[in-house]
This record gives sequence, structure tokens and C-alpha cells, in this order.
Amino acid sequence: MAERKIRVLVAKPGLDGHDRGAKVVARALRDAGMEVIYTGLRQTPEMIAEAALQEDVDVVGLSVLSGAHMALVPRVLELLKANGQENVKVFIGGIIPDEDMPRLKEMGVTGIYGPGAPTGQIIDDVRAAVQA
Amino acid sequence: MTLAQSVLSGDRLALARLLTLVENNTPEGREALDELFPHAGRAHLVGVTGSPGSGKSSLVNQIALHYRKADSPRRVAIVAVDPTSPFTGGAVLGDRVRMRDLSGDSGVFIRSMATRGSLGGLAQATAGVVQVFDAAGFELVLIETVGAGQAEVDIARLAHTTLVVEAPGMGDEIQAIKAGILEIADILVINKADHPGADNTERALKSMLDLAHPVEKVFRHHGQAMTVSAPEAAHDPALWIPPIVRTVATEGTGVAELVKSISAHAEHLRRSGDWSKRERTRLETELDLMLTQTLAAQFRAQLSESRYDEIVDQLTKRTLSPWEAVKSLMNGNKS
Repeated sequence: MAERKIRVLVAKPGLDGHDRGAKVVARALRDAGMEVIYTGLRQTPEMIAEAALQEDVDVVGLSVLSGAHMALVPRVLELLKANGQENVKVFIGGIIPDEDMPRLKEMGVTGIYGPGAPTGQIIDDVRAAVQA
Repeated sequence: MTLAQSVLSGDRLALARLLTLVENNTPEGREALDELFPHAGRAHLVGVTGSPGSGKSSLVNQIALHYRKADSPRRVAIVAVDPTSPFTGGAVLGDRVRMRDLSGDSGVFIRSMATRGSLGGLAQATAGVVQVFDAAGFELVLIETVGAGQAEVDIARLAHTTLVVEAPGMGDEIQAIKAGILEIADILVINKADHPGADNTERALKSMLDLAHPVEKVFRHHGQAMTVSAPEAAHDPALWIPPIVRTVATEGTGVAELVKSISAHAEHLRRSGDWSKRERTRLETELDLMLTQTLAAQFRAQLSESRYDEIVDQLTKRTLSPWEAVKSLMNGNKS
């Protein structure tokens, strides 16, 4: 019974209202045996960090299609750190231009996925990141 | 400082971590529960159950908001349970989606839980999680069950006050007299009361209550007034008759009245002595369960794996019945 479940928060920060991608990923992680806490649309970074704390998740997955990732993602990372959750791995999905990727990785983002990314890859990467 | 001490001092990260340890049934988690046990027993535990889509999460959100906006706001913890997939062991926990009004309030703590194979509408560790919140000083703990059908009634054993949420159009009077979920209600809530059919639902629930709690009635039978007197018990002031409250959770309609009923029920439990009676029953059930699990685990630990496999093989070949298998194992034939 002491088996440890991977807990993932899937959140959509910012103002775009397209959550199909987030739902597909949530479903895929569920089918991989993880516990996925889904927060719904239009979350502020503060709401996401608070949920991540209360749920004691291992991973936060952010879906951003609005182009505001360079504002939203660093803020989430900063808040997680301020709450003592610097060990939480952050993944991003959505429309992220190639030139932003190195900077996001530098800030501490573990994985970045665009449209068409195979869910099997995301699952493997999440597992690897949590076990590391 | 131990983890339990950090929780008692109000450290939210420690609280979240401890809830995980309790949920995973780890030795550290159990140790902390031991340490916290004397500090618990003060919170009002309110269960919210009902079928999927009846509006439990929205209602929990509104109830919590109402308590937070009161003149002397109470600290509210929410435990929201959703089902685990029986095939993959994974789960999507989506109750938070309806509770966004509560974020940013440090007097509220929401924790989602997956059932992890448990069938009674709660997870095995829910009682432990609730105990941690209780000890951490949350005065009200709202426990939302999975979308429950007819028999997921574990919540009634855990909570002091159980709300059963119905939505219009979910069944007729026959559903209302069946045993199970309606029986455990301390308060009946008709949510989505702005939908058509709310009157029918209320009538069905009322007729069920009348059967359970008859009161003196006068009605006309072939033109003659007839009085039907109620049995003695109906006059007993110590008896709690579940009120029926109509709400529209998405708009907050009826929530003030619902909260009043919740407080009235707590008051009733304290006055009648049922509070401590329920507490005792609950602790006894928990003890029983733990004893059963511990004994079973102990027994399995001293049983050789090969012997166990052999018995299971015999079962599949139907050369041994399950009861015979148990007898054979219990008779010390463990090699």
C-alpha cells in the first residue's frame, strides 16, 4: 500500500481559453497511472502555486497558448521557490517559439512540448524527472 | 521540530507533506497521526455526497465561502475525493475547478484525493487526512465524496453531519424509499432548484421523510375527516428530522439557509449527546478496520508465497472452495 503515486498539477495560466491540449495531457497522465489535479482555465500564477502547495504535487504542467509564457512561467517558478517547493518539476506545453526555449530551460523548466508532441514522450519524461 | 509539530504551528507546506505521507500510509505518516491524535476531535466534520453532476463541488465552494465571510470566520479545510481508475490506478481530480473562489484565502486549505481502490465513496486514508486537518486547527472540515450512487455510505460514519445532494429529475418515489444513500442524510439538499422538476423531487423526498418520521395528520377519506396519530417517537424532541433545503449553488441561492441547517444540526448533536455517540462509533469502526488489516497483514507476512500460490491454483481448478482455502490456511498449514 505504500506505493508512491506521482501527483501532477495541470493548470492553464493566463487568459487564453483553449484547454483541449491540457485535457489530452491530463488524460494521458491518468492512463499512465498518475494522479492528475486539474485546475481549469484562467489561473493566476498565485492560484497555481497555492494549488501546487496544497496538493503537494511532484510536477506542475502548464499549458500556455497565449504567448504570455515569458511572463507567466517565471512567475510560477518564483512562487514555487518562495513556498519551499523548488523540487517540483515544471513542464510546459503549448505554443512556445524556439528562441524562448533555452531561456525557459535556464530558469528551471524541465520539459517543453509543442503541438503534436507524443504523449508517451511526456509520460516518460515526467517519470524520469520525478525519479531523478 | 517533528513534522507534526510544524503542522501544529501552522506550517502549510509541512501540512501538505504530512497529508501525502498519511495518504501513502507510510510509517512516518502513522507516527505523526499518533502525535496529532490528542489535538484532534474539535472540528465539525461535514460530509457532502450525492450523484455525479448533482453539484457537490460547487456547493462545497459556496458553503466554505459563506463560513469565510461570516463575522467570525472559521478556518475551513476541504477534502475532495474523486475515483481512481480500476485499470491504470491513475485519476483525474477535478473538484478544484469549481472552487476557484476560495483561492488566495489562507483560512482555506483544499486537498484532492483519489479513492485508490476503495469502494465506499471515500479513500482509505480520508479519515487520517481529516484528522490531520482537525488537529491543525481547521474548525470546519468539508468532505466531498466521489459521485455516489446508492450504497457509498462510508461518509456517514466519518462525518458528524451528512448532506445528501440531489438534483431534479434523478428518480421517482421508488428511488426515494430504497435503502442506502438517502437514509444517511442529516440534511437533504435539492441543488439546481431552478431546474424544472424541483417540486417533484421535493415531493418525493418529503414523502420518504413522512414514512420515516410520521407526524399527526388529518386527511379526508370518503368525505370524512380522519385523524391518524403518530407513534410516540415522532414527538421526541431529541429526534432530528432532516430538513430539505433548496439551493442553486452556481448563484449561491439558498446557501445561507443551508449553512443555518448545518449549524442547527451541530447544535442538535451536542444537545442530544449524539455528538459523542457518533464519535465513539466512528472510533470503534476505525479500530475494527485497523485491527482487521493489521491481523491480515501479519498473517500474510508469515505465509510463504508458494503456499499461497498453490492455494490460489487449487481455487482456480475448483478443487478447493474459498472457505475451505481459508480454513486450510488458518489451520497453520503454512509451509
